[in-house]
Amino acid sequence: MISAQSRKRVAPPPQRGRGTTGEPWVWLTAMGLTLGLLMVVYLIGLIIVNGLEVFWPTRVVQIELREGSKAGINDARQFGGKIVKVQQKATQAEGTRDHSEWQVMVGNKETYGFGFFYIDHADIAGVSYPADVMLLERLEYGDAIGLPIALQIKGAGTVPATTAEFMTRLQSLVKEVNQRRDEIRHLEKKDIGRINAKMDSLRLQQRTLERAQPAGTSVPERQLKPLQSAMAALQAEYEVLAKRAHDLRSQQDEHVLTYRLMTGEERRLALGHIVHYYFPNQLSALQRLGLFVHNMWVFLSEEPREANTEGGVFPALFGTFVMTLLMSLAVTPFGVLAALYLREYAKQGLVVRTVRIAVNNLAGVPSIVFGVFGLGFFVYLVGGTIDQLFFSTALPTPTFGTGGIVWAALTLALMTVPVVIVATEEALAAVPRGTREGSLACGASKWQTIQRVVLPAAAPGILTGLILAMARGAGEVAPLMLVGVVKLAPTLPMDGLFPFVHLDRKFMHLGFHIYDLGFQSPDSDAAKPMVFATTLLLITLIILLNVGAIWMRDRLRKKYATGAF
Amino acid sequence: MMEELVKTVEPLKIADPILDIEHLCFYYGSKEALRNISLALPRKRVTAFIGPSGCGKSTLLRCFNRMNDLVEGVHIEGTIKLDDEDINAPDIDVIHLRRRVGMVFQKYNPFPKSIYENVVYGLRIAGVRNRTILAETVEKSLRAAALWDEVKDRLRESALRLSGGQMQRLCIARAIAVHPDIILMDEPCSALDPIATSHIEDLIDELKQDYTVIIVTHNMQQAARVSDFTAFLYLGELIEFDVTNKIFTAPSKKQTQDYITGRFG
Repeated sequence: MISAQSRKRVAPPPQRGRGTTGEPWVWLTAMGLTLGLLMVVYLIGLIIVNGLEVFWPTRVVQIELREGSKAGINDARQFGGKIVKVQQKATQAEGTRDHSEWQVMVGNKETYGFGFFYIDHADIAGVSYPADVMLLERLEYGDAIGLPIALQIKGAGTVPATTAEFMTRLQSLVKEVNQRRDEIRHLEKKDIGRINAKMDSLRLQQRTLERAQPAGTSVPERQLKPLQSAMAALQAEYEVLAKRAHDLRSQQDEHVLTYRLMTGEERRLALGHIVHYYFPNQLSALQRLGLFVHNMWVFLSEEPREANTEGGVFPALFGTFVMTLLMSLAVTPFGVLAALYLREYAKQGLVVRTVRIAVNNLAGVPSIVFGVFGLGFFVYLVGGTIDQLFFSTALPTPTFGTGGIVWAALTLALMTVPVVIVATEEALAAVPRGTREGSLACGASKWQTIQRVVLPAAAPGILTGLILAMARGAGEVAPLMLVGVVKLAPTLPMDGLFPFVHLDRKFMHLGFHIYDLGFQSPDSDAAKPMVFATTLLLITLIILLNVGAIWMRDRLRKKYATGAF
Repeated sequence: MMEELVKTVEPLKIADPILDIEHLCFYYGSKEALRNISLALPRKRVTAFIGPSGCGKSTLLRCFNRMNDLVEGVHIEGTIKLDDEDINAPDIDVIHLRRRVGMVFQKYNPFPKSIYENVVYGLRIAGVRNRTILAETVEKSLRAAALWDEVKDRLRESALRLSGGQMQRLCIARAIAVHPDIILMDEPCSALDPIATSHIEDLIDELKQDYTVIIVTHNMQQAARVSDFTAFLYLGELIEFDVTNKIFTAPSKKQTQDYITGRFG
């Protein structure tokens, strides 16, 4: 659009001799901008469309195969699923036939052995949308798609799918198993986790005692006794909880849903495996929208399942957020102090110029190099030393001497510190000389002047630097792989267990999650939508962090309303 | 009133001067900016420094609170005595000196803070925490700077929202909040319109009741209006220092005559 406007304005180019007019260059610059904008808009659009599509509940289609065409799934003449993609085949047969093919998400991976099926459009005799087809999100093997037959309720016989009772019973029972599943998770994660943490600390105490003994002697009974009795009490407590968890688990499998696949097989599924179900061909537009929002919420708030291809990304989202926050906390004072010295105290000369050039060059070092440095310096040297000094009883199991969120944050802080230094230096240089002199003339010392006048005036500029640093840091993946990111972290870096913020823990990160899903997943077709959704989320998170920082900067600017300096 | 201060008219002798400058030479690197200046400035009077651009009047003013320390490569010879204390002596605390010798700059330079915080700045950095004292000082200083009635309802607003003339008066309030002995003014009206200028000039007239004011100005009418004494500097030298009336009516040097009649400068 921009180029079209420019073209109209500049055409025809005035003929005033060779290169005497700048007008063609306007056109060229507009072209450059247009091209850049188009690429960005296309990228963002692609991510938004593909990312949001994941959550939209589409209809399930039943496909009848043409007589004499090549066999469908398990030799059946029909099958069903969600149409994912319509495309032209890569290798096209002779003749004038229809070359398009459909990619169908057929689900029922445990029966078919695959989750997606390609069918030639030419082989399709007809499609229909059976109303009672049901989509079941399961804990394992992805989605199941089928037609319900009956519900076998323990002690209450069988409820056929044709009765009105079927729906109400199914709804209440699925709700019940989901509640029970939450209860089990709470028991295992929170309660048993707390007991495990206590047991670990008791074991460490015992080891400390053993180490303190001279060689050859054992720890006196009098010291061991209280530890052992505490341990026994915990063990008893654990067994009660473990038994309760086991009982709950066995209750999960009491009721069974039977359903028939569209290829004809009959299957049984214990209700305990169902996460969520719906009838995709019966939904009204509003219900569809409700499900769309629900799916997004699940994606944001739940933990991943099945090698990260199902469930949500909450741990990765949270890990990215906490890591970026920690990084900002580390990089700001670090960068601002360095810039203060360079700009305010250091004698401007060759040395300072060299340092400045070096700092700028540091911003161009490949991030993986920072990762390697972080691993060698932070993890092995600093972390290893901390372990030896404070956590020696736990050795050889490392506490801080292995990748962790604090080391990742520090590595990224180191990587982004040049950005903050440069921005801060510029902000400091922009504080008018008159303001500094005014402060000094009031009898302020240099430090008082910096602290009370220069820094507040430079704060918006410093925040700009921080925004740039965050934007770079939050999207970085390569160095993190060396210093603490994992594909599945059992715990969050912050939780209710003392000391609440666990700097030593490994964490999940959206950027790494994208890499892991897209390139390390066993089922790339199932992972693809998640890759888009996660990318969209990562971009949104970075935008939100930036908007937050920009909002803070504008508030500061307003506070110190730009006067006529 | 003048006669009691001026013992003899030629050369001018000031009794009990607040600042006594003797043989002051000032160098930026190897460039000589002030040459052998000797001058005694009267207490609680307004003294104006006039002269063409680059004559060293601002440099001389900035010697009095050692603002020139901030510039690299400067060098001072001679003595400046503030109440018989050499302000360039090594044992002088420059922070203490600047509290006694306040300054108002050519370009108003309020801090990016509230009006209130601007006024109490000098007190805060001196460690005053008592709220009553701070509030009293704000009112007293703003009243003294003839700004109180205009800003009393918005003391917590940013000082940068004031008009230029108000900002300059705020800077004067900031300078007098710490009760200095001397207020240095470096062309305080050059960035202001005529109405704001007349406000400031009225204010200077008030200020000499309690303070010694030394003002650098380009504007000879202003010097004639506000000052009791005037010093004319030219090319780093003090050409003439006398009672303002005399400088403007019967200068004893030809250069002064030429300058005030507008023949150069």
